[in-house]
Amino acid sequence: MNFLVVLEQILNGLQFGVMLFLMAAGLTLVFGIMNLVNLAHGSLYMVGAYLATAAYQWTGSFPLAVVLALAGTLIVGMLVEVVTLRTLYERDHLDQVLATFGLILFFNELIAIIWGRSALYTSLPRYLEGHVELLSGLNYPVYRLLIIFVGLAVAGLLWYVVTRTRLGMLIRAGASNRTMVAALGVNIRLLYTIVFGFGAALAGLAGLLAGPIYTAQPGMGELILIQVFVVIVIGGIGSIRGALFGAVLVGMVDTLGRAFLKPMLATVISLEAAQTAGPALASMLIYVLMAVVLAIRPEGLFPSRG
Amino acid sequence: MLTRIRTIALVLGLASLAALPPVALALDEPFYIDLFRRFMIFAIAAVSLNLILGYGGMVSFGHAAYLGIGGYAVGILAYYGIDNGFLQWGVAIGASALVALVIGAVSIRTSGIYFIMITLAFTQMLYFLGISVEEYGGDDGMSLLTLSQFGEWLDLSDATTFYYLVLAILIAFMYIVHRLVNSRFGMVIRAAKSNEVRTRAIGFSPYPYKLVAFMIAGAMCGLAGALLVNHTAYLTPDFMHWTRSGEIMFMVILGGVGTTAGPLVGTVALLLLEDTLSAWTTHWQLFLGIFLVLVVLFAKRGLAGLLPGGKRNG
Amino acid sequence: MADILLDVRGLVKTFGALRATDNVYLDIRAGETHAIIGPNGAGKTTLIGQLAGNIRPDAGGIHFDGEDITGLGASARARKGLARSFQITSIYREFTALDNVALAVQAHAGHSFRFWRPASKESTLRDPARTILHDLGLGDRADVQAANLAHGEQRQLEIAMVLATRPRMLLLDEPVAGMGVDESQRMVEFLSTLKGRQTIILVEHDMDAVFTLADRISVLVYGQVIASGTPEEIRANPEVRRAYLGEEAEA
Repeated sequence: MNFLVVLEQILNGLQFGVMLFLMAAGLTLVFGIMNLVNLAHGSLYMVGAYLATAAYQWTGSFPLAVVLALAGTLIVGMLVEVVTLRTLYERDHLDQVLATFGLILFFNELIAIIWGRSALYTSLPRYLEGHVELLSGLNYPVYRLLIIFVGLAVAGLLWYVVTRTRLGMLIRAGASNRTMVAALGVNIRLLYTIVFGFGAALAGLAGLLAGPIYTAQPGMGELILIQVFVVIVIGGIGSIRGALFGAVLVGMVDTLGRAFLKPMLATVISLEAAQTAGPALASMLIYVLMAVVLAIRPEGLFPSRG
Repeated sequence: MLTRIRTIALVLGLASLAALPPVALALDEPFYIDLFRRFMIFAIAAVSLNLILGYGGMVSFGHAAYLGIGGYAVGILAYYGIDNGFLQWGVAIGASALVALVIGAVSIRTSGIYFIMITLAFTQMLYFLGISVEEYGGDDGMSLLTLSQFGEWLDLSDATTFYYLVLAILIAFMYIVHRLVNSRFGMVIRAAKSNEVRTRAIGFSPYPYKLVAFMIAGAMCGLAGALLVNHTAYLTPDFMHWTRSGEIMFMVILGGVGTTAGPLVGTVALLLLEDTLSAWTTHWQLFLGIFLVLVVLFAKRGLAGLLPGGKRNG
Repeated sequence: MADILLDVRGLVKTFGALRATDNVYLDIRAGETHAIIGPNGAGKTTLIGQLAGNIRPDAGGIHFDGEDITGLGASARARKGLARSFQITSIYREFTALDNVALAVQAHAGHSFRFWRPASKESTLRDPARTILHDLGLGDRADVQAANLAHGEQRQLEIAMVLATRPRMLLLDEPVAGMGVDESQRMVEFLSTLKGRQTIILVEHDMDAVFTLADRISVLVYGQVIASGTPEEIRANPEVRRAYLGEEAEA
């Protein structure tokens, strides 16, 4: 286990972390502002992945596919909000969970009808396929670096929008005082639809970035969604800062755990036992982390006010 | 009395379930014994969830965990050649209660959306654990080579015997939940659901009561898991898949939360619908999803709300 | 000093820049009815919340019958005999009036890990509950679902629940708020029957009720107690008059 291998896994962890962040940011915004639990957030991730794949095959241009997929998930998200979720804001969480569970079944099946059930592989354009030499002996895929860069850029942009713009001011005010914002003459329904669409587009972005790495498949959204829940529980619901911190933490712990837990265990117990226990423990690691955080701070690490 | 109509409906429903095996055999359709046995096993799981969700307001999105724990308890013991049913089922119940104690201890400290996400996450953890342990089949699962053995008492390989055992457990659990929720204990968890602040202000600490309710529900569902693995004679991590948790939850809601018969009605309705849809099209989940959304949007109190005598306040 | 039941020392609670409770000292004598008045936003509900254990103070201490209860939560304080009503009626809306009160009795009848016998058949819970409902004039409304009671009846029900816990001190947050003239008169009459038998902290806007019931009054303005004394002393206090006139001028 040398330094370069560890560094490579740390980069992988960061890459997974920013991906989780893109998902968590939309989910936590929607929850913090509209008080809506949206299980179908994972479906939007899947929609993003499929739209990008299809658009890339159709147009042959990766950047154009990205734009189309983002616009597509934005529209799908706003449609879903207007048709179903809008009426659920005033309902209790149980109703929201059930309705969005229904949406998941719907979207997974719809995707299966259009593209089939088997995994869809996406190729990358040649200019994103290569590796760059970060240090001598450490070649890292360009595409993964791109994901890290995009994720961090989005985090910065979100921070700017939420803290420095009029939209962000409305968003923060809407979270704490609906009637006040409505009294200012702002169309709160429209604001909510925009925020939801925006969160959907973020999920779509995560999905389209994920496609080439993890392959697109019906149900792909829920695997990451539950990990995103862990991120949000750790970070504190409604907090963008918490989402970023939680996402990177979970990304690191999960990636490093999968890479190094088995060899580390093997130094303590027999190789054979480590062969069995390693993967099992690694898959449980982030949930144990969540339990520990909750035991110490039931509100998460960065509880949002109000 | 409107409640009398509901009681009569419940008794008639249970009587029909009791009459089903001889009728099915007479019609030479033993398939229905199998079908309704499966329905009733899931109804047991739904009855147990209703205790904490319907009466205790604990929206657990991880109830399938205990189906898995119960199933694996039986499966693993059988794998090592221990096929005594009393022991297997006892371990299934005990292990489920223990896991519920651990999950509950962490999650009941929180509420609302946190509770939903945490119960879901812990169940996912167990699911991944099931997948990663190759010894017990990993992703593919494993067969239950011998059914749970009860000596001369019971023979589960006899379809009718097994059917009546499941029915008896279902009725017993419905009765137990009915007694529980009307006892002092049940009044505390219902009070905490209705108004947690008031409940503290009159001097209750709801936490230990909720935790015990959570354990009881887990233990009951663990037995459902033990029944399920004997029913399918096969065990996979899919017992604990998160969609399974969602389904059990929907069974409770569909039938009407916080009612005695609700979970049974909801389970039979949902599984019948699933079976019908899936016989008709492979893309049945598309329609199930739409159905789910429509029920939430338009039939807030579930099927029980359509019967007379429902509570006026949702 | 032996007759001081509740002793509040230097309580501070801030929300951001707002000092909702600003170094409050209070001593409540056993058996007295002590009213806390003050203009809107003076921090009365925040103070009650800290006394009842719903809000944790930033500094200061609360002693109940000589015991430091500052670190205890709401349910532990309720078990020690501090019972509160809320400004916005807090009852179990889907239970009957009798169930509501019986639950309050149950909360003080040992642990509730009793799993089998229907609570509705336990006369040790139901009988005292019925008596209290009767005392409050709700005797014939016992089996009505609480949500279907009139607003005034719901407020009475909450007082019934508070009393059913056999409290050593009542914290009443605006018990006549939102009541009609008749209802509020009946409530004041009922509360006056408790005078002397119960120790009561009464937060109230209705000055008629306050001056009818209170033995002593403390005036809270901007989180600070600006005056404490008998109703006559408070009526005559120029600072109090200024605070209230100031409020009226703003309104």
